[in-house]
Amino acid sequence: MKIEVNQISKSLGGMHTLDEVSLNLNQGEFVVLIGPSGCGKSTLFNIIAGLIEPDQGSISIDGQDWTGKTGRISYMQQKDLLLPSRNILDNVSIPLVLKGMSKKAAREQAVAFLKDFGLEGFGNYYPRQLSGGMRQRAALLRTYLQASDILLLDEPFAALDAISRRSMQIWLKELSARYTASVLFITHDIEESLLLADRIYLFTARPARVKMEIDLQNKDYDQMERLQLKEEILVILEEENRTQD
Amino acid sequence: MKKSAQTTAKLLPLLAVLFFILLWDAGVRYYNTPAWILPSPGQVIKSVFTIHELLLMHTATTLLEAGLGLLLAMLLAVLIAVLMDSIYWLKQALYPLVIISQTIPLIVLTVLFVIWFGFGMLPKILVVILVCFFPILISLINGLESVDDDQIQLFRSMGAGRLAITKMVKIPAALPSFFSGLRISATYSIMGAIIGEWMGAEKGLGYFMTLAQKGYQVDQVLAAVLVICLLSLLIVKIVDLMEYIFIPWNRWQMKG
Repeated sequence: MKIEVNQISKSLGGMHTLDEVSLNLNQGEFVVLIGPSGCGKSTLFNIIAGLIEPDQGSISIDGQDWTGKTGRISYMQQKDLLLPSRNILDNVSIPLVLKGMSKKAAREQAVAFLKDFGLEGFGNYYPRQLSGGMRQRAALLRTYLQASDILLLDEPFAALDAISRRSMQIWLKELSARYTASVLFITHDIEESLLLADRIYLFTARPARVKMEIDLQNKDYDQMERLQLKEEILVILEEENRTQD
Repeated sequence: MKKSAQTTAKLLPLLAVLFFILLWDAGVRYYNTPAWILPSPGQVIKSVFTIHELLLMHTATTLLEAGLGLLLAMLLAVLIAVLMDSIYWLKQALYPLVIISQTIPLIVLTVLFVIWFGFGMLPKILVVILVCFFPILISLINGLESVDDDQIQLFRSMGAGRLAITKMVKIPAALPSFFSGLRISATYSIMGAIIGEWMGAEKGLGYFMTLAQKGYQVDQVLAAVLVICLLSLLIVKIVDLMEYIFIPWNRWQMKG
């Protein structure tokens, strides 16, 4: 098991945010977390990345305890958070440099991935010279170079327009299959979750709990069943949204 | 269309200056003002040439004081800003002091500096430092604070320490505002040196102007003023050039 989230609870600023959340991510699996916005999924990512200590519970990665420890995995957000002062190649190789690699060696390792991430020939461009979709791909490559086996993605495509989002989703799906990375993906877009996921965790409104687990891997849903499932998820989310207000 | 608009934008300030000079010239001619009250622009230009050796000598002194003061102010501001940004209580302690240092009338300090440090270069350099230090420090602190928290969190999650975050994230992000502070300080630097010299000196444009003013040689005073304006512009241009060199990523405009 790549990641095991064990009974995590957390209060932030007096607000009960996460309530005994347990979930797991298996080797090579694409798992989507879906829930009402503002329900605490991002806090969960901060805890998995080690940026925040949980009040209770533990995080184990590859069977080792990583609760409250940074440096193993980083995650990607809606904002690309590329440094405007560095070109794309230097931006994506930052994790390697932080791990102690020389600048030159880091560049050499990173440059090999530019093609697969649709950034070939753009290594010398500054982030502001690129489109939103390209910047997100660069941010994804940086996340990948931080930890190539696990990708934590927090609504990575939410800021993109519908058409680029669609093509990015398809591209990511192919990429994750080819690189056999295990992916944990946050979204509140049901369509997106059904397109990408092997497994879906449905979250309640704050305090977030796992409401439902949907396994899509071993079932071949036809068009009709897919629509039904979508409707079902939508109803649950709407209900949760109401309790939050 | 666009190009002609740009040319017009560059030409307009020149035209305005020209218009002002012509107005001045016409006024002096019309009222027949004596030269010891207000000389004509032509007379000022003429005296720049007749006393150019004298001006050059005093300019060298002033430029040295201003340049040295600005450089020291910059180093000091960078050091203190980085310290204040990384140590929270230090910022709390020093910030009010920095503000207070700016409320003391400069003239008073200048006189005190002369009493304490004499007529040499040191008190002038101190005035320049005091004037130039503040804009750089404040803009640099704001620049360092402006960094997105998520950006810092991301670097933390990648295992970066404080030093790496300051070096890789904060300082580059603060550079643009650092340069806008430096540009303001650059314009102040010559003025600071002049004020220092005015209160007592043996050399420098400020000293030269007190002499010329006492002799009612207004044309020479204005000739020195002209030199001062040009010097200030020169220093600002140097800062602009440095900004261009040090922030290459802002040279390109956004695409699409």
